[in-house]
Amino acid sequence: MEYMPDFTLHRPKDVAEAVRLRAEEGALFVAGGTDMIVNVRRGIERPTSLVDLSAIEGLDRIERDADGLHIGAGVTLDRLATDGTIRRDFAAVAQGAAAVAGATHQRYGTLGGNLCLDTRCLFYNQSEWWRKSNDYCLKERGSVCHVAPGGKRCFAAFSGDVAPTLLVHGAEIDVVGPDGARRMKLADLYRNDGMDHLTLAPGEMIVTIHLPASEGGAPSAYEKSRIRGAIDFPLAGAAVWLRQDGGRLAALRIATTGVHTHPVLIEGLEKFAGSALDDAALDGIGETVRSQSRPMRTTTVKPWYRRRVVGALARRLTARLAGL
Amino acid sequence: MKTLLSLTLNGRPRDDAVPDNMLLVDYLREVVRLTGTKIGCDGGECGCCTVLVDDRPRHACLTLAAAVQGRRVETIESLERNGRMSAIQRGFHEKLGAQCGFCTPGMVMAAEGLLRENPDPDIPAIRRGLAANICRCTGYVKIIEAVQAAAKENAA
Ligand SMILES: Cc1cc2nc3c(=O)[nH]c(=O)nc-3n(C[C@H](O)[C@H](O)[C@H](O)COP(=O)(O)OP(=O)(O)OC[C@H]3O[C@@H](n4cnc5c(N)ncnc54)[C@H](O)[C@@H]3O)c2cc1C
Ligand code: SF4
Ligand code: FES
Ligand code: FES
Repeated sequence: MEYMPDFTLHRPKDVAEAVRLRAEEGALFVAGGTDMIVNVRRGIERPTSLVDLSAIEGLDRIERDADGLHIGAGVTLDRLATDGTIRRDFAAVAQGAAAVAGATHQRYGTLGGNLCLDTRCLFYNQSEWWRKSNDYCLKERGSVCHVAPGGKRCFAAFSGDVAPTLLVHGAEIDVVGPDGARRMKLADLYRNDGMDHLTLAPGEMIVTIHLPASEGGAPSAYEKSRIRGAIDFPLAGAAVWLRQDGGRLAALRIATTGVHTHPVLIEGLEKFAGSALDDAALDGIGETVRSQSRPMRTTTVKPWYRRRVVGALARRLTARLAGL
Repeated sequence: MKTLLSLTLNGRPRDDAVPDNMLLVDYLREVVRLTGTKIGCDGGECGCCTVLVDDRPRHACLTLAAAVQGRRVETIESLERNGRMSAIQRGFHEKLGAQCGFCTPGMVMAAEGLLRENPDPDIPAIRRGLAANICRCTGYVKIIEAVQAAAKENAA
């Protein structure tokens, strides 16, 4: 068992206790553990204590009311993928959850863990000896970024499949920390820094994810490109949500994953409102998505390909949702 | 730190003091000495370590032993009944779903979990249900036939 460092495991029963325990030096949260335990085993994370969120009462609940869906951070991905309301009214979310890893991961990997998934890179998601023989890298213990050696920034890619699907539905999250609770837009959870891509303050946890009813019911979809069809992180992924009005586009939202340090809600799509979605408009949509994607050499697949693919996915899904 | 773990393992309650940092797969193999559950990778990639926790497939290599407190855990060793193979075991045996056998315990437990959730899966559902399990030998065709055979036997 040399591959597991020593740490204390806490299994709090409520959020307040979890937040208190997380405030201790060297403490980290673990939910399903499908990312965290891998990183602990590889020596990427070296916690002195782990705060396991799986015993918290009610964190695995999905509640429904007139405002929409209120999904506990501990809800597993297979439940998102199979929930009748989500499949009908927020289809992209169900498709995103079903596209994560493989069936077994989906059965205990959680939504909270998926949103807080660490950013990924060829030089980072490796065993201890692999990273050591490469002198580690800027993101962890080292002094050089092997992707962009001249710079002082990390470009590791956010690779969660569910975040873009929630972004296009205008999701909000409840966060609880040592200083109390706050509600924020999901988009504000992320920032452009591969080293530290979450805006959560130390000790803060996500408790609930809100999907507003007002954004439900419109056509939406998610698709990703990956090396293996069975299990794989996205090389590029796109979620699309749209409304039509008499054969013309009324509103369009697109968000991407895998092509930036954080999931990106694409800007500048308003100009396509009113369009009949002819080839020129669809090309323009694909180009808008492409131009806001910044994949770097963080996977074995070249950045130019991932940029091209993310635009093509967005274009294709838009056409399909519009019934073209 | 240690935790007193109380769980139901393969149908029988048991208690063990386990280190906080012990993985379920090490608990099963090193403490309980149930070595049917295999380790094939450094975490979550291969599916060899798949066991059932409350009827649902889960990687024992990414699960802390102390986190299955009070739960029902089933391993490959639980499937036979008085020396007779269960339907899913017979399926793998008769349809030649196992070659070298290393992926088999995890593959069988993932298939068992799938059949409990969906007793009559079509081929796409079988492929999806076993997507987290890698086999270097069979090419998967025989594994799919094994699951179909078990589903048929269970329905008979
Ligand atoms: C082989 C393999 C393939 C994978 N493929 C994919 C894939 O294709 N797409 C994909 O999206 N993911 C993939 N994953 C990653 C992972 O399975 C999922 O992202 C999963 O949803 C993570 O959830 P978890 O509960 O297991 O998270 P954990 O590993 O428990 O936690 C992940 C991170 O989130 C933090 N965290 C967890 N819950 C909270 C909370 N409520 N508040 C604040 N922080 C929290 C943890 O501290 C940790 O930093 C893969 C993993 C493996 C092993
Ligand atoms: S982008 Fe650079 S710093 Fe970031 S993980 Fe990769 S090699 Fe390390
Ligand atoms: S040992 Fe490979 S997934 Fe657990
Ligand atoms: S039978 Fe050899 S790996 Fe599957």
